[in-house]
Amino acid sequence: MAKQVDEKKKDDSGNSKEDAIEVMATVIEPLPNAMFRVELENKHKVLAHVSGKMRKNFIRILSGDKVAVELSPYDLTRGRIVYRYK
Amino acid sequence: MAIHLRSAEELSKMHQAGLAVHEVLTALREFVQPGVTTMDLEKLAEEKIAGRPGKAAFKGYRGYPCVLCTSVNSEIVHGIPSPKRKLREGDIVSIDFGMEVDGYFGDSAVTVPVGTISPELKKLLDVTRESLDRAIDKMRPGNRLGDVGHAVQSWVEQHGYSVVREFVGHGIGTKMHDEPNLPNYGEPGRGARLQEGMVIAVEPMVNAGGPAVRMRDEWVAETADGSASAHFEHTVAVTANGPWILTRPKEMVGPSW
Repeated sequence: MAKQVDEKKKDDSGNSKEDAIEVMATVIEPLPNAMFRVELENKHKVLAHVSGKMRKNFIRILSGDKVAVELSPYDLTRGRIVYRYK
Repeated sequence: MAIHLRSAEELSKMHQAGLAVHEVLTALREFVQPGVTTMDLEKLAEEKIAGRPGKAAFKGYRGYPCVLCTSVNSEIVHGIPSPKRKLREGDIVSIDFGMEVDGYFGDSAVTVPVGTISPELKKLLDVTRESLDRAIDKMRPGNRLGDVGHAVQSWVEQHGYSVVREFVGHGIGTKMHDEPNLPNYGEPGRGARLQEGMVIAVEPMVNAGGPAVRMRDEWVAETADGSASAHFEHTVAVTANGPWILTRPKEMVGPSW
């Protein structure tokens, strides 16, 4: 009986970037290393970094901007800014 | 995971399993004729196993339902026997069978013509069988896995056929599928070095058309372009005296099948 080669690795471990919860937030203050303190709609304050895609395209973020933040379900005190609203 | 090296004693146990496999396959091969269904082959295999030490290796392996794999024409491997699948004159059927005896496995397969087959199919069978012979001849200490794969690939592709990538030969011993994988393609001089005591099931799967595979269901693999596919297999040990085909009697020489 021939052995089947698993060419596509099973993806049930999941890509962490796809499990994230996306919420609206407002930037409170910029921090070093492209980090920002943001306030979520539910008034929680979260440390968020700028997503790689936004950095690559030079999307600048200033305090007071409305942004979309993805939160990891594992650590709700950190997030990733994925969109800056105009 | 490491590749196991088998002692002389272990090899002789694997040879016992291999001889049982060979006996059953030989009986099945003679039984094939137009009008026989693949389930008839399965039944005959079960009769042959009954009363013998050891048990069939495939049945129950990851839920596989039968003792045989019977793959007709464009089916490459792991065709499941069925009372509805009647063999017709001019078909080819690959019969793949394995046994576990005393904790050790033997695994072998042969593609059998049903009645008279076309010259094209005959050539496909000859080339595939010859590729197995060429691969077995590379199973010597000091050679590498890539040498074995290359022996199959170069021979097969030179005849305009293609080798299947999704399924590979495999180490075998106290498990049916063990390390290493042995693809039927490769570059000479690449891959793990063969050492005395390694045992590998060498099994070229050759498509008359392109190499692409389509899975009909969880088990049955067939050629994507519907072309015919042949499959020959032996369990082969690497020894100081050269390759030892465990799935046939020691006194048999000449072509592998």
